[in-house]
Amino acid sequence: MSNTTAHKPSVWQRHQVFEKNSIILIIGILIAISIGGLVEVLPLFYLKSTIEKVDGVRPYSPLELAGRNIYVREGCYNCHSQMVRPLRDEVERYGHYSLAAESMYDHPFQWGSKRTGPDLARVGGKYSDDWHRDHLRNPRSVVPASIMPGYPWLEQTSLNITHIAEDMSVLSIEGVPYTPEMIATAVSDAKTQGSADDGATPAFLKRYPKALVRDLGGNNGKLTEADALVAYLQLLGTEVDFKLYDDKANIR
Amino acid sequence: MDITSQKKMTVGEMGLTLLSALFALGALIVAAKAYTPEYAFHAYIFAAAGVAATFAVVNRYYNRALDAVPQEIDGKPNYNFGPVKFATLAALFWGIAGFTVGLLIALQLAYPALNLDLPWTSFGRLRPLHTSAVIFAFGGNVLLATSFYVVQRTCQARLAGDLSPWFVILGYNLFIVIAGTGYLLGITEGKEYAEPEWYADLWLTIVWVVYLLVFLTTIWKRKEPHIYVANWFYLAFIVTIAVLHLGNNATIPVSIFSPKSYIVWSGVQDAMIQWWYGHNAVGFFLTAGFLAIMYYFIPKRAEKPVYSYRLSIIHFWALIFMYIWAGPHHLHYTALPDWAQTLGMTFSIMLWMPSWGGMINGLMTLSGAWDKLRTDPVLRMMVVSVAFYGMSTFEGPMMSIKAVNSLSHYTDWTIGHVHSGALGWVGYVSFGAIYCLVPWLWKKKELYSLKLVNWHFWLSTIGIVFYITSMWVAGIMQGLMWRAYTALGFLEYSFIETTEALHPMYIIRALGGGLFLLGAIVMVYNIYMTIRSPKTASIGQAVFVPGE
Repeated sequence: MSNTTAHKPSVWQRHQVFEKNSIILIIGILIAISIGGLVEVLPLFYLKSTIEKVDGVRPYSPLELAGRNIYVREGCYNCHSQMVRPLRDEVERYGHYSLAAESMYDHPFQWGSKRTGPDLARVGGKYSDDWHRDHLRNPRSVVPASIMPGYPWLEQTSLNITHIAEDMSVLSIEGVPYTPEMIATAVSDAKTQGSADDGATPAFLKRYPKALVRDLGGNNGKLTEADALVAYLQLLGTEVDFKLYDDKANIR
Repeated sequence: MDITSQKKMTVGEMGLTLLSALFALGALIVAAKAYTPEYAFHAYIFAAAGVAATFAVVNRYYNRALDAVPQEIDGKPNYNFGPVKFATLAALFWGIAGFTVGLLIALQLAYPALNLDLPWTSFGRLRPLHTSAVIFAFGGNVLLATSFYVVQRTCQARLAGDLSPWFVILGYNLFIVIAGTGYLLGITEGKEYAEPEWYADLWLTIVWVVYLLVFLTTIWKRKEPHIYVANWFYLAFIVTIAVLHLGNNATIPVSIFSPKSYIVWSGVQDAMIQWWYGHNAVGFFLTAGFLAIMYYFIPKRAEKPVYSYRLSIIHFWALIFMYIWAGPHHLHYTALPDWAQTLGMTFSIMLWMPSWGGMINGLMTLSGAWDKLRTDPVLRMMVVSVAFYGMSTFEGPMMSIKAVNSLSHYTDWTIGHVHSGALGWVGYVSFGAIYCLVPWLWKKKELYSLKLVNWHFWLSTIGIVFYITSMWVAGIMQGLMWRAYTALGFLEYSFIETTEALHPMYIIRALGGGLFLLGAIVMVYNIYMTIRSPKTASIGQAVFVPGE
């Protein structure tokens, strides 16, 4: 390399600037690793086509949010995806393929990466509350060959929603459209949703359209962790009415 | 007494004593007002760590010599190997722990009764414990140990800082304890491979910044004008992991008294950022960092220079530039826009080239020394690791092709692919590095037994073969069963029928994992005996017996 003329250094000689100066090397590394990330991530925040507009998607009710947090806590995403791909067999097995809008209020997203158990993106309404409670207590009581762990402690643990309003405030900072009214009524809304008859139901349903208001745990409105999780599971995939959904509307 | 009266506390010692004490106090306040008992438990751990650090620093001050530790003794660098030794042993400990949890969850998938119907032992909480224990605890400590060793030796300089290297090693392992116990207690962000909650993330950020500073300042002390290749890879690993960690953990805590936080990203953007992080945790933690190990330990053990310096330059820049694009291949056919999926796929396929460039550079370093594979099982282990690297970096680009991915995604094929890289590449190159490091660090002539290294090699190789072949069969079978149709045009199998079909494969996989664990236990025994053995007793072991 030393034979190369002084005024025309080879590319290998020029590279020595990286080999001899750690700060230049770090700057080089930072530039090299930034480009791909910026190109792939940034447009997702401003391209309108990333998330098409869809009717029906709403923020989680306090009880559903608490249920979702239990879903996250127990690591359900390790075995269950929430993302139906637009492939024939998946659409026939699980239902309409998932839309970006359906997870727009999901902090964090729970699309998953592995199906040790089936996809849950459209599990809402497919089974009864009773089935879900039995299944969570002992999966093999309803699906004999299931390899899912049992979660018997969920229905024995009363739901802690003392701080759920704080959770919703944080989510509203992050862009979930929770109104101050929704945050103020968070705890009572959770109780309303989990009991069979409550005078506050109409007001609650106005805040959270199509939410299931019923004694989810079958235990006279006493809220357990199982109730919250069932409320979340029964909501999954039911927000968008696919009888009315126009899949051509957003094609341009 | 008169010695201590002349002794002065350094700014670092005073600062760290004060900060640790304040930290312990703050943690106690948080513990008292914590929203959940699980979070209070973590705050108490932090408080205990703060108190322990305060005492340790003061105690060290009273016991140390009057002057600072010399940088050189008789013109030779006075290397600081204490933190390296600790991280090496920690890697062994976490390795066994992580492999054991892996075996347990593998058995849970074959025999669900092993979940025990308890929160702390259910698959959903143990699986992140397994992944974090093997990647961040085992792999992380291997990277810390080797990087602190390699940077000293290649720069011919003592590790920068007095307390800070210890802070990095102990602080990192504290992060591991917080993260791991958190999963068992149900504290998680719910993002794969980034499960630790906001306070663990903040703690890791502090540790990581100090890590970068220690590494960088040691490089500044180098005697050679050139920075050695391995150190480029370590730098890329440290810097990029910092960027990824901050990007994917941008969360807002519910309260300082709550373990819960919500990530600012949502839905499709969160998915993209998660897999930008997730794939580059593979690319920079499990690849760049361990390539640095390859670039130091293989030439050293083979006593040959790196095959091509120019190839390492191309390898380095191509690898770090291309890896960062590959994330979207985890999101094929999802609600992520098509253009991003296509970009991810394209770069993933191109990534095959720099990956194999690196493999060739590692393997060809052996040219003229291939005979050593017969006699040195440690070198054999590292060379096989590079071969596994080549295999899984071919398999990965193939699986990133959308048509292949439509079959492989969501199945155990992915698990098999990950483990051919994790057990074969990361595991073997780590074992090789540890087998090299321990005699060097503890000043032993050789390992206690090369025969046991051979046992380790064969036990774990058979284990890996069981593991990946069973997962190939399981994944491809399940993918095909999901999309199978009857002659009448109905789906042929219910989901649960596919689960039932996997049962034998899950047993074989657990067997493979068990063999791998057994091999690692043999290694721990070998290392223990090496450290314990008197220096001179091991001379006989150094004689290689050609041809077995």
